[in-house]
Order: sequence, then C-alpha cells, then structure tokens
Amino acid sequence: MFFGLNRRDFIASGVLASLAGGRAAWAQGTPAKGGTLTVVMYPEPPYLLSAVDPTLQMAVVTTKMMEGLLSYDLEMRPQPLLAERWEVSPDGLAWTFNLRKDVKWHDGRDFTSADVAYSLGVWKTRHARGRQSFARVTSVETPDAHTVIFRLSEPAPHLATVFSSYESPVVPKHVFDGTDLLANPAATAPVGTGPFRFKEWKRGDNLIMERNPDYWDKDKPYLDRVVFRFIADAASRAAALESGEAQIGCLTPVPLSDMARLTANPNLVATTEGYDYMAPVLMIQINTRNKPLADRAVRQAIAYAINREALTKTVWFGYGKPATGPIPSVVKAWYTTDGVPAYPFDPKKAEALLDEAGYKRGPDGKRFKMQTDPFPGGAEFTRTAEFIKQQLGRIGIDVELRTGDFPSYVRRIFSEYEFDSTPMYNGAFPDPSAGLQRIYWSKAQQKGVPFVNATGYADPAMDRDLEDAQTQNDPKKRWEDYANMQRRAMTDLPVIPLMEMRFITLANRRVMNHTITADGLIGTNFATVYLAEGGK
Amino acid sequence: MAGGRLPRLRYVARRVLKSVPILLCIAVCNFILLKLAPGDAADVLAGEAGSATPEYIAQLKAQFGLDQPAWRQLANYIWRLFSLDLGYSFRNNRPVLQLILERMPATLLLMAGALSLAFIAGAALGVLASRRVNTWTDALISVTALLFYATPIFLIGLGLIVIFAVHLGWLPTGGLTTVGAGYAGWQAVWDVAVHLVMPLVTLALFFLALYARLMRASMLEVFNQDYVTTARAKGLSEARITIKHVLRNAMLPMVTMLGLQVGTLLGGSVLVETVFSWPGIGRLAFEAVMSRDLNLLLGILLICSVIVIAANILVDLAYAWLDPRIEIA
Repeated sequence: MFFGLNRRDFIASGVLASLAGGRAAWAQGTPAKGGTLTVVMYPEPPYLLSAVDPTLQMAVVTTKMMEGLLSYDLEMRPQPLLAERWEVSPDGLAWTFNLRKDVKWHDGRDFTSADVAYSLGVWKTRHARGRQSFARVTSVETPDAHTVIFRLSEPAPHLATVFSSYESPVVPKHVFDGTDLLANPAATAPVGTGPFRFKEWKRGDNLIMERNPDYWDKDKPYLDRVVFRFIADAASRAAALESGEAQIGCLTPVPLSDMARLTANPNLVATTEGYDYMAPVLMIQINTRNKPLADRAVRQAIAYAINREALTKTVWFGYGKPATGPIPSVVKAWYTTDGVPAYPFDPKKAEALLDEAGYKRGPDGKRFKMQTDPFPGGAEFTRTAEFIKQQLGRIGIDVELRTGDFPSYVRRIFSEYEFDSTPMYNGAFPDPSAGLQRIYWSKAQQKGVPFVNATGYADPAMDRDLEDAQTQNDPKKRWEDYANMQRRAMTDLPVIPLMEMRFITLANRRVMNHTITADGLIGTNFATVYLAEGGK
Repeated sequence: MAGGRLPRLRYVARRVLKSVPILLCIAVCNFILLKLAPGDAADVLAGEAGSATPEYIAQLKAQFGLDQPAWRQLANYIWRLFSLDLGYSFRNNRPVLQLILERMPATLLLMAGALSLAFIAGAALGVLASRRVNTWTDALISVTALLFYATPIFLIGLGLIVIFAVHLGWLPTGGLTTVGAGYAGWQAVWDVAVHLVMPLVTLALFFLALYARLMRASMLEVFNQDYVTTARAKGLSEARITIKHVLRNAMLPMVTMLGLQVGTLLGGSVLVETVFSWPGIGRLAFEAVMSRDLNLLLGILLICSVIVIAANILVDLAYAWLDPRIEIA
C-alpha cells in the first residue's frame, strides 16, 4: 500500500522507472557480511546528542549508535527496539514498556530501566521539544530492571509516535548522571546500545564508527564500518556518489537539477521513501497582522492564483505532490479531503475575490505590494518565491523578494514578525499535535521561538479542536478534531500549503536495506544494511 | 646598510609591539561588526532543531552569555583576550583554540603550497613572457593566465573533479586523507599529497595569473634601466643579465604582492575548501558565520590577523634582503 501510494505521487516518469528498478534490488539476496558504508552528509552536526537536539542531520549520525525504545516501520507501525513489548492502559494514563534483557552499553555496562527513567528526565528538561511532548508524563516507575511505567496526568495519545531513536534516544545514566550533558565527552563520542560504536571524529572531514560485536541482535550488524564524510558542496557530494567513493546520501544530498543525470547513472538508485515521519510540506506562511493580508479573501485569492502542479513540475522537478491541506497524504492516520475546501488553479476567481474585497487594480494594473522572504534552505526555495512572484504578478499583486541567511531569516520571521509572506517548509510529523499544532494554535505563538505560529493567526474554534485532540483518548473523536482542524485551516488560510515535499535518498545500487523505517536514514540503525556483491 | 643582528631584532620587536594595539582594534571592530548581523547562535540552534520551546531557547541564551548586554559581552571578550583565552565555541562544543589548531594545518598546507606554486610558476612564466615580449609565447601566456584569473575558482575546482576524479578516477574527489586508511610514514605523506593536488592547483591557478603579469611588467621595466644597458655593453650574456641583474630587482613588487595576498588567500581558501571538502580554517570560518558562532569567528579572525601581520613583517625583512639599499629601522 505504501509503495503504491508513493509511486502514484511521481510526476516525472523517468524518476518512476529508476525507483521501481531500485526497489526490486533491495528485496532479494542473502546479506553479505563486512565492508564499509560511506555516507555523504552536510551540514556536520556540532555534537552528537540527539536526546537534546533533534536536528535531522545529527540524528542521521547518532541513531546508528544510540537507540530508542521503538522504531516505526514504513507503515508507521511501532516495532520493538530496546523495548520488547509495550502496553497503554485503557484510560491512557499508564504506558508500560518491557525492556530487552540482553542489552549492553558500548562500555560493557548493562542497559536497565534506570537508564530509561533517567533519559525521560533528559528528554523532558533538555530536548528542544521534549517539554511539550512529555508535558503530561508526571512520574516514572521502574518496578524491576527491565520494566518502565510512565504515569500521565492526562491522556497523551501523540506519545505513540515519539519513542523512535531519532526523537527519544535512550542515554546511559551511568555516563551522564550528575554531569553537564553537553560538556560530557559522551556528547561528542557517544556511548550507546546501537549496532555501531563510535571510533573517531575528524572535525570538518569525517566520522568513523565500527561494528559493535556485542550487539544484542546477534549476527548483526552486517557492515564492519560506517563512515560519514562531511562534504559542504552539493556538486562535490554528487561527484563522491558518482565516483563510488561514497555509497549513500539522504535528505536530498544533491541539487534537484542534477537528479536527472544522477538517476541515469546505472550505479545509483534514488528513493523518496523514509521521510514520512517528517512529512515535510512546502507552504507559504502569511503574516495576518499586515493589511491587506489580514483579509481572509485576499489569502484565498492567493491560494487560487498559484498553480501547484506547475510549481511541482518545474521548480521541484516532480519531487513532490500538490498539497490539498496542512496534513500531507503520507500521514495516512489523519489525512482527509472530506469537507476540506480546495483551491484549484483559477486566476479569474482569484481576481474576482480581490475585486470583491475592494483591492481593485490601480492605473498601473497593480493591486498592492507584498514582500516575500524565501526560506534560506537552497535554490529551490528561492525559485519557489520567484514562481509565486510571477504567478501573483498576473493577478495584480506586486511581490518583492527579500533574501537573507538563516540566522537573519529566523530573526526576521520569528522574532520581529517583520514580513508579509514566506515560502518555507514544515514537518507535519506523524501526529498533528507535534507538527501542526505549533503553527495553527494561537498559544503556540512565542516571540523568538523559531518555526512556531508566526502568522499571528488566532481562532477560538481552531484552538478548541487542537486542545481537545491533545488529551482526547477516544480515537474517533480525536480524528474528528483533526478533520475539523484541516477544514478550518483551509478556510482561514493563515498558511497556504503548496506541495507535499519528497526528500530524496540517493544510494549506490549495492546498498541494501537502507530504508526500512518511516524515518529512513534519520532513524534507522543500519543493523541490517549490507553491501551486495558486484558493481562499482 | 641594515647589517647586524641587533637592529633587525629590535626592528622585529618594535613591529610586534606596534601590532598589539592594531590587534585590539581589529578585535573590537570584529565584535561590533558581528554583533550587527541579525540573529544569534541560539536562534540558529533552535531553528535547526525545527521546533523548540521558549525555555530551551532561554537556556541556550543563558549558556552562551547572550542574555547579557552587548557592552558586557565585549568587556568579557577583551578581558579574556588579555588572558590569551579565545573562549568556547558552544556550537561545536569545544574550546575555540582547539578547533582552530585542529583546522589550521590543513589550510596552512594548502596556502603555502598554492602560494609557492603560484609564485614560482608565475615568476617563471613572467620571465619567459618578458624575454619573448610581443611574440606568440607572450600572448599565449597572457591569455591563459587571464583565462584562469577570470574563471571562478569553484568552476575550475568542479571541472577538475569531474575530469580527474569522476571520469578518469585518478584522484580522490576531496578530503585531506583516505578516510580510515590509517597510513603511516611515507604512505601517509603520499596520501595527503594525492588529495592535495587538485585543491592546490585550483587555488594556485587563480593567483598564478597575477604573478605572471606582474613579473612580466616588472621585468620589462628593469630591462630598460641604465645598468642593464651597461651590463649588455660589458658583453654579458642575456641569460646572465636576466638572472643576475634583472630578476632580483624585478622581485620586489612580487614580494609586496605575496605579503598582500596572504590575507586574500585565507578568503579564497573558503571556496576551495568547500568544493574539495578540505578540513581547513576557511570553511570553519564560513560555518561560524552561518551559525553566528561569535567566539569561534572572533578567534579565527584574530588568528588570521596575526598571520597577516606576521607575513607583512616577514615581507619587510625580505625587502632588505633583496635590496640592500632598503633599510629597516
């Protein structure tokens, strides 16, 4: 089902062909042991403690060494990792995890429930969004060395999705307890339970990890070594993959304009799987404090005026799918189009809406001026802004582009609210309370906090639905809350969703089993990855 | 004449002493300039995390000292400088000095190599062009040199990668060493040398043009001096005149250029280091700007100022050696 769904999403048929070929390759064969897998990466993580910092690039490195309680397969179903079994009480107030018994930390000490209890404290007080995720966990019990019970003040159904190695990695208590977390040597040389052990890190160049011979999953991992090479230049990353010096890169490691050439290379295979956990959506956030954007009809007109199909095909080379709402279709648990207003490309209707709202064309053919600040995340965002400028120009809106580097952008949009509109992206995450509540909930608005409600949008009905869903233990009612949320979001449009983004993992044909979880290379531990025989 | 060891030592000591207030000015200017850039390290870290809570950000700001007024941050910084402490890079979670010392050798190797190659090859080409002035050799050298000068560095770098690493497979695409090969002795030297070829040539090609043109002009000027005519009249061979009489005098502007370019090269190395993933100081500085890693950037800029000042003192000493008429005092 998952594969079928993703296949349909592809617009460029050339991409489709190369993907289908690739998938057949990693379903068969007996795992070969040994070898080194070289991963191209950028940016280089500043340190290696994902329990504190949920930056994706950091997790790509750390999750091979540090593990979470669960992993989530390609269908987003939880699978055992450090926890063998788990159970939620019917009232949703107690979460019990039975831990694996034969697990050792890389330094030889036993992994126990005390480590999990300690880690919860770290997630709750130090993780960038952990305070929010674990807000309702009031206490933790460890009845024996291999059982952990989280006690909650209210139900928190979103917890079902947060126990991955990426989101909540378990840290060793005996190493970190009583120390300054980030000053601890283990923050740069991790001690974990994972299939690979930290070996060395040459800053600015590479990081090496080695096979953990005492890994709890006997006979695994297959690889002897995993090497990360930090290559700043996108064209150089492409060259490393083409020459066979490196075998894999994730999070769209090369410019989209190079993808046609690279997928034509018989040694390389691209996939867009393994990003459903992040569920990234390209969107325009609009500052509803500013006139005339404060007028809902104006925002609706903008939504009608942008051709999402053309945007996907031209700017994003087909690596995406026009969005129908704030939740992308890959988040199957919550996605709906039922009763959700749609905005098919219709410039005439857009002009009519603007006329009606009183923003008629002036003598120069222009209605009003609007600034747009593309997210400084690569050429595609700037081109998206140029595309929007061109499209809105046709209905008489004069768009002015402004660009700045990442820190300036964060300051301008999220601290000073000194913007009209910004094409950017947001991860919807498996649960809307994690990914979307932060941009639609009026109380999420916090001056100076990046990537939360910056639009100034505040709607009591929206707040009510979001707040009810947070603690709603009845799955049906919770679904209805989020269906209402999607309908309201697409009526009020403080944020105009443009496209479900498809990030790319580009790998050598020999690399097998690299994408087996919903968080792909970001969350998987590489225990089952192997290099098939033959080829360059 | 500037003979004797003592005046030279005194000269160096005075120059070093004079550079202290200059360095202090540079440090203050850097600090103010960097403070003017919008956004700080906490914004970046929280932004990269994708989502964060206000408490998390407050925690970061307090940890980085960003919750204090700017004047106090500056005072703390200057105070630390006097105790020769470059501070801590919160972004990289390590002391600034340690980071710089780790990355500096790679850049110095690249810089010294590229400058030497550009200087020597540029001088040779310049001499050749000046001896065959207005012939096709001269034109060829000028045109080729200008072509390399006009081509953006990253384009040359990527071109070399595509030809020599991707298609021919002779050289590695980037990096300083073969990852995890664990070579020792001459094998390690050879390994670094193989990795150094393309970045070095790329960086040198750009500067080569300047030296070739400068050397040619300088040689031609000296050739017109009276003493060259005298030398010719004495019946000396052209080769002897060129090497013994003209070359040494024509070197002066070249040496001036060399001193000036130490600073430029540090900037040019950013591009080369990025294209060839060379783990040097240029990229570290670039990343420090992008992440508003104030302490690290201030540290790098300061160390680079020290290098530029030192290079200029050396150049002044070289003048005296090349042309005994120039006195250092």
